[in-house]
Amino acid sequence: MAPVVQLDSVSHTFGDGPSRKAVLRQVSLRVHSGELVILTGPSGSGKSTLLTLVGALRSVQQGSCLVLNHQLLQSSDDTRNVIRRQIGFIFQAHNLLPFLSARENIEMSAALSPDLPSPAQRRNRALALLDAVGLTPEQDQLPATLSGGQRQRVAIARALAHQPRLILADEPTAALDRAAGHTAVELLRQLARERGTPILLVTHDARILDVADRILRFEDGRIIT
Amino acid sequence: MKSDAWIRPLQLAWRQLSHEPLKLIAGVAGVVFAVMLMFMQLGFKDALFDSATAVQRHLSGDLFLVHRQSEALWRPVPFARRRIAQALAIPGVESATELYVGLGTWRNPWDARKRTLLVLGCDPAAGVLAFDGVAAHSSRLRQMDTALFDSRSHAGFGPVGATLRSNSPVEAHLGQRRLSVPGVFNLGASFAADGNLIASELNFLRYFPDRSLAQADVGVIRIHPDADVTTVKHGIARRMPDEINVMDRREFIAWERRYWEEVTPIGFIFALGTVMGFVVGVVVVYQILFTEVNNHLPQYATLKAMGYTHRFLGSLVASAAFILAVLGFLPGMALAAYLYHLARQATFLPMTLLDHKPLLVFSLTLVMCLLSGAFALRKLKAADPASMF
Repeated sequence: MAPVVQLDSVSHTFGDGPSRKAVLRQVSLRVHSGELVILTGPSGSGKSTLLTLVGALRSVQQGSCLVLNHQLLQSSDDTRNVIRRQIGFIFQAHNLLPFLSARENIEMSAALSPDLPSPAQRRNRALALLDAVGLTPEQDQLPATLSGGQRQRVAIARALAHQPRLILADEPTAALDRAAGHTAVELLRQLARERGTPILLVTHDARILDVADRILRFEDGRIIT
Repeated sequence: MKSDAWIRPLQLAWRQLSHEPLKLIAGVAGVVFAVMLMFMQLGFKDALFDSATAVQRHLSGDLFLVHRQSEALWRPVPFARRRIAQALAIPGVESATELYVGLGTWRNPWDARKRTLLVLGCDPAAGVLAFDGVAAHSSRLRQMDTALFDSRSHAGFGPVGATLRSNSPVEAHLGQRRLSVPGVFNLGASFAADGNLIASELNFLRYFPDRSLAQADVGVIRIHPDADVTTVKHGIARRMPDEINVMDRREFIAWERRYWEEVTPIGFIFALGTVMGFVVGVVVVYQILFTEVNNHLPQYATLKAMGYTHRFLGSLVASAAFILAVLGFLPGMALAAYLYHLARQATFLPMTLLDHKPLLVFSLTLVMCLLSGAFALRKLKAADPASMF
């Protein structure tokens, strides 16, 4: 089966002239269905930049970046937008909309799925995910009234609501204690495995490395292990 | 398209705005202020033109003769009365009547204070002054030193109408001459004068002794019902010297309006006031929307990362602008209605709210808010989804 993510000799730089800095150097990578791959390494090593390229959030400058069978090198804004709709994002700052309840935040994501055309379907999807992350009693609460762990669980549910074909997570446990962090990642892996969705996860958190199928260490823009 | 796709930005925008009620109230208050300001400026401007052209609109005639150097009714340049008589020779003309116009000084008989009013002199039998109440008293106007008083004049002229209603006589002074007021008519104050008086042409000459019956200010021409106004107008114009301007009613009204709009700075001032209200609204709404976008930039970037388009987020901002416009318009209009009432009482100007203004002001408010939203959208471009990692 073809990999969901296939990077070949991807390089990326920031800045121009003397201030030009290479953040990715000839990176090649494969991620297959159902895999949980953790990218780790020091700050500035290029792992987050890699995530933005795979997530179609940034233009690919050099190399081949095949994501969900779409070549992202020289792709248009519209193409990248279409690809993003098939990806579930989990950010370090969950960035839930503060004026929507936990359920409504998840429905915002569900609305991107062509398989959930009606409000009732989206609502049911959101309720099912809230149940899966153990937040059914909090479904009508605004993010401000939830704990950090609860918010991150809502963010995980939101990332899964539109049934993505790939999940990208950036430091999803940074704001959580050990137990909550582990629970969140286990939950993510469990929910993703049920659908065979691969996960590419960037973290500094050594406490969650044990859940990974594969760990890739970044240094100076290169994968060293 | 999803079944509810069109409504979602509007619902979201409402949730976003109502999430912080104090900010919403502040934003709506800004729109209310701008709406009220635009209504007031447009109201005064329309009242100015309505009051300035009230005589033109109520004169019973089809064509009007004025001296070409006349700028407005209240400051006419007299011309030879025989020109008006000459018009009678034109086929289609039924009657031709002279109208005399002057500004006189009325001395309030109750407190002796003096105010300026517009005096119209005309043959009462001609029936060209078709103001409400004139016909009933036209025979009394023939008596020496009489004049009808405009009951919608400024209160500073004294309680003329109330006194007459209590069957008490009213006597006052116009300039140096004493006159008796046998009745009232309805016209209304204007920017040229706070009140109006109607007299016979002979009494007019008594009040303005420096004027001559041979020199009239306006010729009021009536044509036969089956005659064509344009044909008769051209016929009269051909017979008149260049110094005489022949106008139909529409042109006569436009002539007066042009004076206030172009010769005086008043039209410009009110137009500028309307623009100022609009600009104030743009600035206020922009501040509100900019703050909303700026405060929620990470959330917008997240939505972009999830696959929501810039267009969707733009419609969210536009929806917020629309909501502010709608919420601000109705209380702004209600406030303006109250202020119109106060202005009517204080100035006796015909301030009318429910004409073309609500639609115009709502359109301006909508444009104002959407323009502010368009400015705020530039900030939305700063919502870079890549910055989320």
